[in-house]
Amino acid sequence: MIDNTLSRRVFNVINIVFFLLYCLICLVPIIHIFSVSLSSSASVSAGRVSLLPVDFTLKSYDYVLKKDEFWKALSISVIRVIIGVVVNMLMTILAAFPLSKTTKEFKAKNFFVWFFVFTLLFSGGMIPTYMIVRYTGLLDSIWALVLPGAVPVFNVILLMNFFRAVPKELEESAFIDGAGYFRIMWQIFLPVSLPALATLTVFTMVSHWNSWFDGMIYMNDARNYPLQTYLQAILVSPNTKLMTKAQAELLRLISDRTLKAAQVFIAAIPILLVYPFLQRYFVSGLTLGSVKG
Amino acid sequence: MNSIKTSSRFKREWPLYAMISVPALLVLIYYYGPMFGVVMAFQKFEPALGFLRSKFVGLGNFERLFKLPDIWEVVRNTLFIASMKIIVETIAAILVAILLNEIQRKKFKRTVQTIIYAPYFLSWVILGGIFRDILAADGLVNNLLTAVGMESYNFLGQPKTFPWVLILTETWQLTGFNAIVYLAAIANIDPNLYEAAAIDGAGRLKQTWYVTIPGMSSYIVVMLILNLGYILNAGLDQILMLYSSVVYSTGDVIDTWVYRAGLQNAQYSLASAVGLLRSIVSLIMVAGSYYIAYKKFDYRVF
Repeated sequence: MIDNTLSRRVFNVINIVFFLLYCLICLVPIIHIFSVSLSSSASVSAGRVSLLPVDFTLKSYDYVLKKDEFWKALSISVIRVIIGVVVNMLMTILAAFPLSKTTKEFKAKNFFVWFFVFTLLFSGGMIPTYMIVRYTGLLDSIWALVLPGAVPVFNVILLMNFFRAVPKELEESAFIDGAGYFRIMWQIFLPVSLPALATLTVFTMVSHWNSWFDGMIYMNDARNYPLQTYLQAILVSPNTKLMTKAQAELLRLISDRTLKAAQVFIAAIPILLVYPFLQRYFVSGLTLGSVKG
Repeated sequence: MNSIKTSSRFKREWPLYAMISVPALLVLIYYYGPMFGVVMAFQKFEPALGFLRSKFVGLGNFERLFKLPDIWEVVRNTLFIASMKIIVETIAAILVAILLNEIQRKKFKRTVQTIIYAPYFLSWVILGGIFRDILAADGLVNNLLTAVGMESYNFLGQPKTFPWVLILTETWQLTGFNAIVYLAAIANIDPNLYEAAAIDGAGRLKQTWYVTIPGMSSYIVVMLILNLGYILNAGLDQILMLYSSVVYSTGDVIDTWVYRAGLQNAQYSLASAVGLLRSIVSLIMVAGSYYIAYKKFDYRVF
């Protein structure tokens, strides 16, 4: 619709200004924290840092990157993302494929659909779940961050819907050629589902990287914290005097606040890196469920 | 059914059972295990004794629970924060979707979308770290306030306004992403309707009011109904990052209470009793809301 009245043009300008402001509101907090992390603590506490670093220094990053605990937490996060994504995707595929069959092909299908879906409706709650994790011996192990959520039921439903849309003829001709279900899944369903699998993989990566609550409750020893949990513990703890007199010069450059800012920013980097991929895929990820009429 | 038929059926179907057995076993342990574990809400639970040997106390934990002075406050906080989040976030997302749809420059639109969707993907540890910094006494926001001559404000320490800090920061995080659904709804509206309205002399504003919004209404209602299912979920991650004991009176919710009682103070049975009540109410709300969405709007997940 082409519409060139004066009121329309005025509206367009206001609308663009509105979105510029909105973008600014989204970006400023992130840019600000980045600037704080790159400024000297003296200028930060004097309130001189807003959008650009003042008295530029990399000392905060220098300090953070020399901490063993930081690297330990980072390595746990990386391992967690790798194992977590592999397990999640494997479980999603193994559950979604049988569930995408008809009851004629898979007699127990309806039972299993409800078996999985019911977990979306009801849960035992935080404390009984904690106890089960404890009794299965996972506390303080990386598996505590992987196994309790090993089967992402929502993703299973999504992939199940996707598998259902695969043309039946492909499967039938493979059957005639003597292929079993494992081969059909591997050679027909997975290749045609690559876009869906890619979407789920990226989302699973993000959710594993971002998770922290499970790390906090399942790890008694802070040395087993993944990065986000480690960071959470630092952020909510009251400010500490972390330096000795010998480091007085350092104190002028870094403080609790600049160090926190640096670590927050580092933890956000992987998300910012995969964001272009996420953006490409997330709209397709939202097609779960649909409204008609 | 004769045995040959059965055995040939099994011969074909066994790989499906083999596949599903692994995820089903994990679901059995880590989802159904805790459901069985809710017996601890009726026990004087001791971890060393486990679910089977802890002493059974009937409804004792629930009686204790309802005598706790702060429990109703916690329920009220949860309902207030969660319902306000639903209302404010829904309105914001609809508004942004409508305005976004009016942008004609494709490139500008895409850039805006890229930026406003981004906060959705950052964890509340990161966002909490950011907000704790910029809302602090010497943070960016208060520096701005004092610069324009206003008094600085203790955003994270005032019980009166703390829920609104939660509501607005989450709205900040989710609005862009939430708008995607409504953008899709607008895209589905029949363009002929706009032309008909224009012929009838309706301007843009009237077209929005009489065509766009009614066209989105089924999406809006479905989203509201589905959100209603999560009314007891006020946002554990966010609140744990932003609250402190000063604002418990308005910021403490069921999930944070359960976490503190159960995992920090080892009141296992009491906390799991609260958790059980929460799960039951959620079950009713979620099942009910999906049922309504399915019956009235033909919405289905699978």
